[in-house]
Amino acid sequence: MAASSSAPALIGTSGDSLREAFGRRLATLMDHDKRIVVLDADIAGGTGTHHARKAHADRFIQCGIAEQNMMAMAGGLAATGFVPVVTTFAVFCLRAIEQARLSIAYAKRNAKIIASHPGLDVGPDGGSAQALEDLAAFRAIPGMTVISPADPIEMALATEAVLAFDGPVYMRTGRSPAPTIYDESHRFEIGKGHLLREGRDVTIIACGVEVARSLEAANLLAAEGIDARVVNMATIKPIDRDLVARCARETGAIVTAEDHNIHGGLGGAVAEALVTTCPCPVEFVGVNDRFGESGEPAALAAHYGLTAPFIADAAKRAMARKRVH
Amino acid sequence: MLNPAANAIRKQVLTEDVQLKLIPHVNRVAVTIRRLALAAIYQAGSGHPGGALSCADLLACLYGTELYFPGNNPAHPGRDRFVLSKGHAAPALYAAWAAIGLARHEDVVTLRKLGSPMQGHPHVLDLPLCETSTGSLGQGFSAAIGMALGLRMKRLSARTYVMLGDGELQEGEVWEGAMFAAHHRLSNLCALIDYNKMQSDDLNERIMGLEPLAEKWRAFGWHVEEVNGHRVPEILDALRMAAGVADRPSVIIAHTIKGKGVAQMEGNPAWHGSVKLSREQIEAAMRNLGVLAHEMEDWIHGRIV
Repeated sequence: MAASSSAPALIGTSGDSLREAFGRRLATLMDHDKRIVVLDADIAGGTGTHHARKAHADRFIQCGIAEQNMMAMAGGLAATGFVPVVTTFAVFCLRAIEQARLSIAYAKRNAKIIASHPGLDVGPDGGSAQALEDLAAFRAIPGMTVISPADPIEMALATEAVLAFDGPVYMRTGRSPAPTIYDESHRFEIGKGHLLREGRDVTIIACGVEVARSLEAANLLAAEGIDARVVNMATIKPIDRDLVARCARETGAIVTAEDHNIHGGLGGAVAEALVTTCPCPVEFVGVNDRFGESGEPAALAAHYGLTAPFIADAAKRAMARKRVH
Repeated sequence: MLNPAANAIRKQVLTEDVQLKLIPHVNRVAVTIRRLALAAIYQAGSGHPGGALSCADLLACLYGTELYFPGNNPAHPGRDRFVLSKGHAAPALYAAWAAIGLARHEDVVTLRKLGSPMQGHPHVLDLPLCETSTGSLGQGFSAAIGMALGLRMKRLSARTYVMLGDGELQEGEVWEGAMFAAHHRLSNLCALIDYNKMQSDDLNERIMGLEPLAEKWRAFGWHVEEVNGHRVPEILDALRMAAGVADRPSVIIAHTIKGKGVAQMEGNPAWHGSVKLSREQIEAAMRNLGVLAHEMEDWIHGRIV
């Protein structure tokens, strides 16, 4: 997909899940990089690391259902020269966040925390399992890079980039089959947003599963004569400040969209970048400070206001405020 | 100073003549740890003296002889690791380094000051000898398990030692780690418990009892040694017994006395928490630790070379 294409960007609708894309690429990377070790807390089938378990059993470390020990242990493994990839559900990364803070980030360990099952995308397991706080929480840790790729192809590229990067990273994968947005020509770079669709009237900045929905929203807006720009902001931290400021200057209104609480995640990061560069009206699409519940991901997204029509409405609200300004 | 000769015999039970040479050396290290740790806490105006003094003899055994640094190089990849999981005893750790010539006394007494590498709890980025940052109880233990596993995966024969406080054992993470280390048969791991029976607010048994402690560790699959944590020969023997266990991790439960070595502090929970020592208190403590009047200023200001 060309960076400035204004054509509808959705290529397909039945891709792999992000966790599957991550797991496959991880196993391949382990063929060549003997430093990589995988830590699992009894959910390899859920996180996609069953591929690594099968291909590289000698570097697959079963930690049992004990996430705090797993997270701090990763710090110790990194201290002996390995590159640990800690894998569990996003909600259990929150359980071990203090271990991630002290034993990984504070100690500046080259360890990767890969969180599957983030947000409402978890679906039927319900509110207890749906982490809507992880981007905000991990973003607040000094030195922690935070990434949420948009589709299986970007997920594979991001997995490669994260493992080539020297430093602690928190990255979201995803449970559900994800629509494909990119083709093999896509280039992923940590810290850089990607302008997916050009537009003049408003910019939608999204991450993770909300990127595909934002492209749908741009189509809905186009039908009403509104020219919406769409940016995939896969790196939430460090945020691409230059791109955020440029979008504010060029379109004058911004909507953020994320499968996360509207507080402190992508929306917060974008707003922080904006108020210190080029302030403009912003609307936040996300879960409005509530916990989730059981349901299929698509139904939940519609119920909690994360689908394309909600994003399109938010875009119009942001544009209206632009005119008032 | 580092004692490579002592390391050569670390897998044997100590013979009497070796003990005769080794024990005075370790005792001197322990005395320096106590004096310097208290000087640092006095200069800082805060810090935890009780738990620093209770683990001084254990640290002296480790740094005085047990820890092996190939070629006397404490950065060697094949070095033994030591993690102070009870990170609030940091002054004793820094003092142990100084006692064997790996740190300067004058740096140790910059403890807790802005810009000092001697942070209130050990921080790996500031200190080349520190294996990982600690201070949040339970985490150093897990990190040490990761190190032991990593060393084994790299087929290095180095051992990993980790010291925990007794109150620390109330953290659930410790028992997660205990299960992991036993399940994976990490025989290159040795935990030492500074069992001084007191924690921040009160006695362990009144906060949340730990007994039967040895049985708990055995039930978790660990080899257990129990020692008097102030008797150097007993500690050294236990360390060697632990090094000889081939199929499981070892724990040395060291019965200690909080504030050991300073009469006014021994067994008194008032000295656990972060305290400010007065000039009179530090002088009395130093006298208790055998510091002579004419050496007093030099010890208090870390001017010992």
